[in-house]
Amino acid sequence: MSIDNILGIASSAMNAQMVRLNSTASNMANASTVGSSPDTAFKAKRPIFEALLREEQLTQGAKYLGGVKVAGMVDDQAINRKILDPGNPKADKDGFVYASNVNEVTEMVEMMAAGRSYQNNVEVINTAKQLMMRTLELTKV
Amino acid sequence: MKLFESAFNLHESALQLRTQRMEVIAKNIANVDTPNFKARDIDFTDALAKALSNGDSPSDVKTTHSQHVGGSKIKAEADLLYTIPFNTSIDGNTVEMSVEQAKYGRAAAKYQATLRFLESDIGGIRKALTGGH
Repeated sequence: MSIDNILGIASSAMNAQMVRLNSTASNMANASTVGSSPDTAFKAKRPIFEALLREEQLTQGAKYLGGVKVAGMVDDQAINRKILDPGNPKADKDGFVYASNVNEVTEMVEMMAAGRSYQNNVEVINTAKQLMMRTLELTKV
Repeated sequence: MKLFESAFNLHESALQLRTQRMEVIAKNIANVDTPNFKARDIDFTDALAKALSNGDSPSDVKTTHSQHVGGSKIKAEADLLYTIPFNTSIDGNTVEMSVEQAKYGRAAAKYQATLRFLESDIGGIRKALTGGH
């Protein structure tokens, strides 16, 4: 039945948005960490979404055509700021540490957008569920 | 069964198409943040006309006796079209959330309307069968 598909599609989107929310939470948590080189300093992570449009993209967990899945995570390419802090045990030989490249404002916006998209899909499921129930009532007298 | 076919024919395919349309819109809403995703939709009126015109295609249910009742003869399915967005976005995605939400709401209301029609058809047949008791 195709209302089942609606539920599956919307839940795949909720899954993907949840990954996005989780990654912003992780980014925010690591916003004030420092590293001893640009490579070891924390970089903001972002999920890449991909639409499930072909049969061969489907997996056990994502089995509805037209749904969405997280294809992978990428690091934000912004530079890690160099801060002079000779007292820090992580400082390099010149006394510099490298701050994470997380931008709190971007993360807040990302978090709100992900939350809003999640809510939209919850609404889709609610409506589909109501219609399913109404359809079942056809069998009643 | 002439009675059931003539009673349900239109609304049965209509309900199938309404469900398909809601599914397509749900896909659009699910992919609102997917880069390069193109929003789709179906033309309901066109699809319904098509479904009704090829209603005499063979059914899936086998009948081995002339007294057997066959399955539903209609398999309504519409062609997917691409929607043209009001504004384009930089990541190549053509889904506009507000538009899709409005469409989904309308589609849900229309689904309920079709259900209501089916309900009254069923009620009529039930009345005919039971003699109003």
